[in-house]
Amino acid sequence: MTAVILLVALLGGWEAYARLSGIDEFVLPAPSAVAAALYEDRSLLWSNFTVTAGEIGLGMLLAIVLGLACSVAIHFSAPLRRALYPLLVGSQTIPIVLIAPLLVAWWGFGLLPKLAIVALVCFFPIVVPTLDALDRVDADLRKLMRTFGASRWQTFRMVEAPAALPGVLTGAKLSVAIAAIAATLAELAGSDAGLGNLMLKAIPQFETARAFAAVLILSAFSVALFALLALAERLLLPWAHQPRGTAP
Amino acid sequence: MLTRTRTPETAPIEVKAGLGSVALRDVCKTFAAPRRGIAAVTALRELSLDARPGEIVAVVGPSGCGKTTLLELVCALSEPDTGTVETAPAALMAQRDLLLPWHNAVDNAALALRVAGVERGAARERAGALLREFGLGGFERARPDELSGGMRQRVAFARTLLSGRTILCLDEPFASLDALTRQEMQDWLAEALLAQPRTVVLVTHDVEEAIVLADRVLVMSPRPGRVVASLDVDVARPRRRTDPALVALRERALQELRA
Repeated sequence: MTAVILLVALLGGWEAYARLSGIDEFVLPAPSAVAAALYEDRSLLWSNFTVTAGEIGLGMLLAIVLGLACSVAIHFSAPLRRALYPLLVGSQTIPIVLIAPLLVAWWGFGLLPKLAIVALVCFFPIVVPTLDALDRVDADLRKLMRTFGASRWQTFRMVEAPAALPGVLTGAKLSVAIAAIAATLAELAGSDAGLGNLMLKAIPQFETARAFAAVLILSAFSVALFALLALAERLLLPWAHQPRGTAP
Repeated sequence: MLTRTRTPETAPIEVKAGLGSVALRDVCKTFAAPRRGIAAVTALRELSLDARPGEIVAVVGPSGCGKTTLLELVCALSEPDTGTVETAPAALMAQRDLLLPWHNAVDNAALALRVAGVERGAARERAGALLREFGLGGFERARPDELSGGMRQRVAFARTLLSGRTILCLDEPFASLDALTRQEMQDWLAEALLAQPRTVVLVTHDVEEAIVLADRVLVMSPRPGRVVASLDVDVARPRRRTDPALVALRERALQELRA
């Protein structure tokens, strides 16, 4: 409730300032102007949104697949852990701003460099909580499985993998927040469509309201994705979110 | 040192066909120092222990006397430094129930069956039947966080039984329960083992639990653990904990522990 009041107050203040101070609309568009742009440019925004949403969705999917594969490989092999983990940390220090134009030079203006950048950025936040959850599986549980004669793979499938699921979802939630930024950055480096591309073109055309509308859509999309993951967590892992109670 | 007590209603320990036996001979186990400045620990020194098929042997001793190490040896989770361990495959039930939080009671109880490759439907059927036998009818679909501590230990015991192992290693199975529930669970376990006999090595620091449940009670010394006394509990079942013979045995075991 207080959040709503605060938001309304902020928007009201912004609107009043934009109207009364005589500031140019292309420097700071009023919220009403952004809303108008949102409506008037809806087909333009929508067609660019589908491009960016695809980059974010597919890029995250790629990051999840690669991240899980990598986590499992590291989990099963101590030499791989020693070899791969430093490389993973190193991959996070690559300045995306620098590598994005390079990728565009290699792979063109299409989807591929965007996927690579989104996946590169989202990969690490997925691997770390996943590995952490795998490592924190109770050692006594592994012993129990051994007394049942379980193979390493059975222990992984029946105990470790389900125990790691909350970690995977935590990682995915962390990734969602930065995937939109990564996709926008990748589009700024070279693209012919997408919300980032639209923002880049809108500013020199003095269509600042349109750029703001694009930002608004992008953050709404991220929030929706995040909420979707939180919902999936609640539905898939009810056991991970309830305190251990006593008698029913 | 060997102490024996006989009561009129002596029930001889039968050797039950098809059940495994446990034989530990002069077992030593030392754990290396984890890092400098911490001494290496000799957990067990020249420990010998026998459990005949169908016998319930309780091991009591002060904390840190190597009881858990002993069970890990029996369950083949670790190897002795010297000495021999001869035993059929054993299943372990720990103080913590170690139920999988994402499975309901039936699927938890069926875990060992699933490991053994039993098809899901058949495994659930057998696990469900045993749970109902254990008074958990109606809770088959409940997750562990929806069960009480005593119920969770029953599910864990069902899982251990369904592993098909003829030797059970129980590591302080009721230590995390409140006193009243613990007594209930001890009586319940005694009954369950009458219905489904197994060779049992029960490790506990609760002398009363040992006397109520076991055919024989071994008293261990503080670390490094050795067996310092063996008490036969020749009291017929079902046992009442107020039985003078049991009370006398308990006093005797406590004396041995303090010695």
